[in-house]
Amino acid sequence: MNMIPPTRALRIALVGNPNCGKTALFNLLTGSRQKVANYAGATVERKEGRFTTPQGHAIQVLDLPGAYSLVATSPDEAVTRDICAGTYRGEAAPDLLVCVADATNLRLHLRFVLEMRQLGRPMVLALNMIDAARRKGMDIDLPRLAAELGAPVVATVGIRRNGARDLLAQLDAPPPPAPTPLPPDTDLHAIVRRILGECVTRTHPVSGAIEDRLDRWVLHPVWGPVILTVLLFVMFQAVFAWAQPLMDGIDAGMGWIGEQVGHLLPDGALRSLLVNGIIAGAGSVVTFLPQILILFLWILVLEESGYLPRAAFLLDPIMSLAGLSGRSFIPLLSSFACAVPGIMATRTIQNPRDRLVTILIAPLMTCSARLPVYTLLIGAFVPQRAVWGVLNMQGLVLFGLYAAGILSALLVARIARRGGRGQEAALLMELPAYRLPNPRDLLLGLTERARIFLRRVGTTIVSLTVLLWALSSFPAPPAGATGPAIDWSLAGRIGHLMLPIFAPLGFNWQICVALIPGLAAREVAVGALATVYAIGDAGADTDQAAMLGHLLPAHWSVATALSLLAWYVYAPQCVATLAVIRRETASWRVVAITAGYLFALAYVTALLTYRLALLF
Amino acid sequence: MRLSELPRGVEAIIERVEDARHPDPVARRLRELGFVPDEAVRIVATAPMGGDPIAVRIGFTRFALRREEAARVIVRTDLSRPDPQARPHP
Repeated sequence: MNMIPPTRALRIALVGNPNCGKTALFNLLTGSRQKVANYAGATVERKEGRFTTPQGHAIQVLDLPGAYSLVATSPDEAVTRDICAGTYRGEAAPDLLVCVADATNLRLHLRFVLEMRQLGRPMVLALNMIDAARRKGMDIDLPRLAAELGAPVVATVGIRRNGARDLLAQLDAPPPPAPTPLPPDTDLHAIVRRILGECVTRTHPVSGAIEDRLDRWVLHPVWGPVILTVLLFVMFQAVFAWAQPLMDGIDAGMGWIGEQVGHLLPDGALRSLLVNGIIAGAGSVVTFLPQILILFLWILVLEESGYLPRAAFLLDPIMSLAGLSGRSFIPLLSSFACAVPGIMATRTIQNPRDRLVTILIAPLMTCSARLPVYTLLIGAFVPQRAVWGVLNMQGLVLFGLYAAGILSALLVARIARRGGRGQEAALLMELPAYRLPNPRDLLLGLTERARIFLRRVGTTIVSLTVLLWALSSFPAPPAGATGPAIDWSLAGRIGHLMLPIFAPLGFNWQICVALIPGLAAREVAVGALATVYAIGDAGADTDQAAMLGHLLPAHWSVATALSLLAWYVYAPQCVATLAVIRRETASWRVVAITAGYLFALAYVTALLTYRLALLF
Repeated sequence: MRLSELPRGVEAIIERVEDARHPDPVARRLRELGFVPDEAVRIVATAPMGGDPIAVRIGFTRFALRREEAARVIVRTDLSRPDPQARPHP
């Protein structure tokens, strides 16, 4: 009666050093049958997948965060340690540990494998990237290695179609017995040296590694920063130029859907809710999907190729001026697309204070959602004039807005980091081997990010847009009323109430009203301004923006426009960012501090900008 | 001498890793990453703007670390025999 039902899946966990190719192996085993969530009570990503072996065994596989040691120095490593030891609350201990090691870097990876062996749990060693090791002239005696470890050893190639064949065969075989741990206090490095001496033979001497030749340029004190600048420049060019046709397509598509729905439904509250609330609101955010995907594709390629840690190395001197380390560079770079994935990426920062400061300044990186607002205002108010022959005045202002965000971030970080003085800022980071990114891993990584983004659109943003639609639609204006309908609504009244606060910045009540829907997503402010100035019906957003561009200079002074631009550099009003900060830090205090300091900065800067602009 | 003082491109042998404080998680992690006696180490790059951090190669692995971290690693450049100065005083 108490027999384990034959349908119960075997639970295995992939565990190994960062850069051992574990995730490629996980993708190879599970394909797209993956589920990404968080570990209960931690902000560490939990990746789980399922697959069936050739002989029909169901396997449930957990991709544990990469770790160098079971003596954890980050939340990620702590999760790996606890799950391997079977002490993580709410997670059953895996039936089998699959230790993944890079065959070309056994000197480093085998020590962790030995540490796993000390746990005395059933385990298998997957020697990954065995093909690369053979190419480098290393011949590894697998049976002998297995005898030394007291655990089966299989060779795998995470990036090849049949690369996990031996591992699958091992999973079909009866489970291996648990290895006997070595006596405690054994010098694991000494054991690694002995095992390597006995099991690895060199078939030919190593020629100068590709890493040495590439690093001579990539890490060069002069050429390194030049290469980095070119890469970043091309990346931003791609994000903002290549994405445009796709974005226009999505925009037109959402407009068309809105129109069709509009035709189907009778005029009334329901139609307004669907067309102006949900479709227009979600549409304006989905439009950013191409930009975000192109940015993420770049980041993934840089990450998979091994370049990103090198960029962090080059930027560490600058980051240390702000009291941070090069590790903060990656999350901050992501924040240029959207602060939400950027803040999620701070999980890789081990020092808790560095991580907190990075989260605090991530919203200061100009996210792509601010771009429509910038584009509209710059197009309407900044003359298209050549500066010094080659530069364009509008482009310079846009660059200045980005630079203002970055400089403010460095300044804020410096002030925030002051509290943690006396504490050493650690860098200590592996510069992994260069690798050609694998298309399948890129695709899976990209789909995962798209899914996270769309889920956010589907939940937080749509519900907020509906709320804001309701605020701007009710109560309806009385019959025979003149002026825009929004003036009569709750949002209009709130806008008028806000006016005394924002009047010193040169904002009129229309801007105040537009700031409210901007809470949900900053770019919605453009649509909201269009609504307030009562131009156009639903859909055709591009026409709206063009018409607004012509109309605004008649209603606003240049000082007001500059003040609004300055406000948007800090723009504290993004609910999704605040929500993700709450989730990542589990603290309302941090949320309040972030919102508070951003609001204060936005207010003071807009005020100064307005007053200064009035003088000219 | 300390790894932080090693000239770029010069091969050295690790003598030991010192604790800068008690306990010292950085020193511990360095040892786990393979900074152990008798391993060969070499600085392969120094960062722009002042040369901190440095990139070192140890075995087949490369690490970026700040000079403050590298100062914990005591090395000798005489590859044949132990450096008497680097021995701890009795």
